[in-house]
Amino acid sequence: MDQNKLSKDMFEPLEHKEDTSEKIARPSRSFMQDATRTFVRNIAAMFALTVLVVISVMSIIGPSMNEFGYDDQDLTRAKIPPRIPVLENISWLPFDGTMTETFQGTNVEDATAKAIMRFKTEEEFVDVKVLNEGNGTRNSAEVDVTYHSYQALGLDDTYFWLGTDNLGRDQWTRLWKGTRVSMIIALAAAAIDLVIGVAYGGISAYLGGRVDNIMQRIIEILVGIPNLVVILLMIIILQPGIVSLIVAMIITGWIGMARIVRGEVLKLKNQEFVLASRTLGASTGRIITKHLLPNISGIIIINTMFTIPSAIFTEAFLSFIGLGLVPPEASLGTLINTGFDNLRTYPYMFIYPAAVISLIMIAFNIMADGLRDAFDPKMHK
Amino acid sequence: MARYIAKRLFYMFVALFIIASVSFFLMKMLPGSPLSAQDKLSDEQQEIVLEKYGLNDPLPVQYVRYLGNIVKGDLGISFQFSNTPVTKIIQDRIGPSMQLGFQALVVGTILGVLLGMIAAIFHNGFLDYSSTLLAVLGTSIPSFVFAGLLQWVFAVELGWFPVAFWGGFEYTVLPTIALMIFPMATAARFIRTEMLEVLGSDFITTARAKGITEYAVVFKHGLRNSLIPLITVIGPMAISLLTGSLVIEQIFAIPGIGEQFVNSIMVNDYPTIMGMTLLIAFLFILIVLVVDILYGFIDPRIRISGGEK
Repeated sequence: MDQNKLSKDMFEPLEHKEDTSEKIARPSRSFMQDATRTFVRNIAAMFALTVLVVISVMSIIGPSMNEFGYDDQDLTRAKIPPRIPVLENISWLPFDGTMTETFQGTNVEDATAKAIMRFKTEEEFVDVKVLNEGNGTRNSAEVDVTYHSYQALGLDDTYFWLGTDNLGRDQWTRLWKGTRVSMIIALAAAAIDLVIGVAYGGISAYLGGRVDNIMQRIIEILVGIPNLVVILLMIIILQPGIVSLIVAMIITGWIGMARIVRGEVLKLKNQEFVLASRTLGASTGRIITKHLLPNISGIIIINTMFTIPSAIFTEAFLSFIGLGLVPPEASLGTLINTGFDNLRTYPYMFIYPAAVISLIMIAFNIMADGLRDAFDPKMHK
Repeated sequence: MARYIAKRLFYMFVALFIIASVSFFLMKMLPGSPLSAQDKLSDEQQEIVLEKYGLNDPLPVQYVRYLGNIVKGDLGISFQFSNTPVTKIIQDRIGPSMQLGFQALVVGTILGVLLGMIAAIFHNGFLDYSSTLLAVLGTSIPSFVFAGLLQWVFAVELGWFPVAFWGGFEYTVLPTIALMIFPMATAARFIRTEMLEVLGSDFITTARAKGITEYAVVFKHGLRNSLIPLITVIGPMAISLLTGSLVIEQIFAIPGIGEQFVNSIMVNDYPTIMGMTLLIAFLFILIVLVVDILYGFIDPRIRISGGEK
């Protein structure tokens, strides 16, 4: 058999190599690096982050981008529609500083007269487009009337980018000023909730025993009290203002965080790495800051990211029903409130603040979802 | 289980007691007097009125009497509508609120479950993304923004529904839609996650292997197992309905509890504010309690441990 006649020189000695089966082929990444990678690859979350950054930057620089102040009242220029340079020439965009409405009357003149009454102006500042000549009966004639408000008021060189509100204040300035106020309230409330919640939950879980028992009984009672009721009662007795809103929100706002943190700390504090650290003589402070906090940071961040939009909502909600900030102070809630009152005739007053608050809420929620995925090891690829 | 329910009932009463006490003392702390035309009354007349309503008694006496009256179901007399008991106002106004809340909860949950199911069945498909997007929009866009847009588009511009007020069924359509968005979105997100988990489990593979129809897999096995945990989110949904009713009723001028509550706050009608606060707190706590007890029956872990979480 040929196979048995293999001569020695047919073999080549295999070069000796070290065992590579255990070698880590890819660079090792820490948990945080993994989380960051997952988050950055999440297109929706990154988009939401961009939107939030843009809105935040605008809330800082927006109010000083034109010459108007957020409380510059001037009734002569009240309720002027948006007008933006360059964009005003594109007819299908609502930025040409005109208002168009349909009027009815017995004949064309009657309908036009109604339009002029409605806009409180002269005939030379309106364009009339006849839709229906009419036959003399009531409301048979229809005209589309376009009112050139800037020309009528002699403001040819003035541009209110988002128009003015019912007291003639520049909406652009007020919108970003309001966004700033809403964001400050939400961030402050979320930050204070975080501090109180983490401290309460952490202490309760870490000390355990009777302290934990008492602290948990307190929480169980507080949890039964609806947030809405507490906030409304606080708002009634406090002077309306930014600080009152924040105080009202944090009175029960920290409870959710405290419960979550307690649960996490309870799970962690008896794990081997903490016990080992304690055996080696680490102080309580070191265990908390070096071992417990980093491990619960993910869940704290996620929870805070969900707190911020709900605080923005609460502020807007309270201001909308008239219990939040008072004019001339601007917040997204007060702007929407004013806009809603004028929704029928001046929709632009409602649309822009409504769009900004919706964008903020959507972006925060999507980002919080993205963060939750990022901190979930199952989602790492 | 009995021990668990007893414990929860105890907490419920403690919470209600705290709310009643806190609202009582807060209202007493507020400046101003319940006499609206104080200047026109002589000192003697003022004295008579204050005596009649027991406002001259020391605070602790008033407090005990107040608590006693609550137990008897007497919430006091409204300042705004003279001689009208707060309980009467509540009785007159609870109907529309209840109807709207019920409609919104039922329709919202059903639509939400359908949306969530569609998303789960067509996982990662176009329908999944659309319904997920809808759910994100529904949980994010504030209800009053949504209500404002609905009113503007469907009532003012298109004229399909009445702009506001309370009448027949057509008056309830827009407020119900505005109220149901949040429950719908919450249910959709929840059912989607649950269904995906259930549809990926072994018994579904077994069921498919045995050759049963896709319809039976989705509805008999998938949906039934995903529906049970939905009970847990009824709490947040109910809260959103209570919160929403305050603004939605205001926007659509519906004579309900929420609208009255906001108006009472505006005119400092303290007995009504206190009564409504208690009512809202009671409803809220009751819903949470019922949900927890229901869940206790379903999930044996809660029952056995007596509520120690």
